[in-house]
Amino acid sequence: MGKYLLRRLAINVLLVAIAASLAYLLAASSLNPQVNFKGRNPPVPEATIDKTLDQYNLNPKKPLLERYGTWVSGVVKGDFGQTWEGDSVNEEMGRRVGVSLRLLLIGTILGSGLGVLIGAFAAVRQYKLSDRVIGVSSFVIMAVPVFVMATMLILAATGLNNAAGSKLIEFVGEYSPGLTGWDQFANRLVHLILPTISLCLGQIAFYSRIQRNMMLDVLGQDFVRTAMAKGLRRRTALFRHALRTALIPAATYFAFAFGTLLTGATFTEKIFGWHGMGAWLVDSINQHDVNAVAAVSTFAAACVLVAGFLSDLAVAALDPRVRVS
Amino acid sequence: MRSKVVLRRLVKNKQTRYGLIGVLLLLILAYVGPFVAPYDWSDKDFMAFMQPPGPDHWWGTTQTGGDVFANTLRGLQKSLVIGFLVALISTGLAALVGAAAGYFGGWVDRILMWGVDLLLVLPSFLIIAILSPRLKGGTWLLFVLLLALFGWMITSRVVRSMTLSLREREYVLAARYMGIPGWRIILRHVLPNLSSLLIIDATLNVSGAIIGETSLSFFGFGVQAPDVSLGTLIADGSGPSTVISYPWLFLFPAGLLVALVLSVNLIGDGLRDALDPGSTS
Repeated sequence: MGKYLLRRLAINVLLVAIAASLAYLLAASSLNPQVNFKGRNPPVPEATIDKTLDQYNLNPKKPLLERYGTWVSGVVKGDFGQTWEGDSVNEEMGRRVGVSLRLLLIGTILGSGLGVLIGAFAAVRQYKLSDRVIGVSSFVIMAVPVFVMATMLILAATGLNNAAGSKLIEFVGEYSPGLTGWDQFANRLVHLILPTISLCLGQIAFYSRIQRNMMLDVLGQDFVRTAMAKGLRRRTALFRHALRTALIPAATYFAFAFGTLLTGATFTEKIFGWHGMGAWLVDSINQHDVNAVAAVSTFAAACVLVAGFLSDLAVAALDPRVRVS
Repeated sequence: MRSKVVLRRLVKNKQTRYGLIGVLLLLILAYVGPFVAPYDWSDKDFMAFMQPPGPDHWWGTTQTGGDVFANTLRGLQKSLVIGFLVALISTGLAALVGAAAGYFGGWVDRILMWGVDLLLVLPSFLIIAILSPRLKGGTWLLFVLLLALFGWMITSRVVRSMTLSLREREYVLAARYMGIPGWRIILRHVLPNLSSLLIIDATLNVSGAIIGETSLSFFGFGVQAPDVSLGTLIADGSGPSTVISYPWLFLFPAGLLVALVLSVNLIGDGLRDALDPGSTS
């Protein structure tokens, strides 16, 4: 088992490297940082533009592979280069990764956890009212794109704030400046409410649908009946035997759902004014900032593969057959 | 015989009925609506900026005096066309790649699946967003190709694993021993036997493509001005201060988008029940 996981890890590192290179080459060939200097008054002389861009390894006049070589030799040493304004990409990334991970972590844990529980609950109560309500609402939620969901949440929160006559829910930025200690912590939590909901709802709907189907498959099987026949309480039998078995497929879907979560985080960050990696992707593409785009892509690839790795681990932990073979 | 059974199941299915009615109504709205409306999407009414919905401008007006009703229908048309085209191309691609990988096996399989793995590592949203500056000034058909090119990977894996079992069936073996070349066996024997999966997948891909298109257009990475799509319209109408003061700019395109995706998903789900009754997901 350990050997298998090690091999997977090695393949994953290789895949991140290839994906990052691909992203860099795509970005370097389709983005043009010269645009940023166009239309300035007084106009910037061509030589100055070239000199500035050369300094940051961003000049499209240099051959693509030469730029790529410079970029790789930096990345190998852990340096992602500079933005078109000359700031260090590493520093900016260090600031932003934390913001994004906070959103993604909460989104993943709440989304998959609640989704699995709700799906299992719906399966146990198949065809009852609660099952139908869960089924229909998850179906509707899956038809609502994240950016529509986020904007509707803003509308709802504004209505609530107006009704209450005070700012109950704040939704712009990560926190309000000028607070310290517990106040700041509480303020951060308040700011988290809407982004978390907008990120989680889709995940919850997705997992609950999968989990319900898998749970229904398992509930009719002999080992669940045996578990109850040998005297386990219904709840214990359901949790220890049925839920665990039914979790395996949901765990394999985890890697897939994470990609959607990552894209969703881009919208959430952008709409709610968080300065994370997702928002940076949009901004840096608009500014033709090749090195920043490459850094965000590397981060995204690493996240997807870590999610895939975690889902392998979860399957191995849940499914004894995987551990043996 | 089978088609009759499937058709009867489809008609009996309440979900499919609602979905079909929904899509039909939206199609009529998109293509007949502009003839009924008092304003064209390119008209600018300089006497009415940011008007709320009323008898003159049914769904209100925009910052520049454009009619929201006409604009939204125009966007709906574009989103519909893009959704259907992308679904068709990407499902076709998925079928060909998956069947080739499964049928030929060996190095073909390894290379194709490796490519799939690689494309799955980078979210397609990200790749298309990076490539988007090239779209500026180009036609939206290029955008359709990009969406299709990065949307087939997951289906192709399913097709591959199903082809693996089909490959050993008697009729495929018989065809192979008769000396029929591989690509013809794929087209004549393998793909027709996967048709129910492919039909279901193509339908669900329509909604996936529409969401993908609107998401990219939302950030300006997709459909470019002067073209409009539901995504660009929603982008114009959202943003905390705009949506609170002028909600009609957001609510109409967003409502149509959700209705469209929901209807297509209903059809897809109904099709799955009718074509593939044993499946659970």
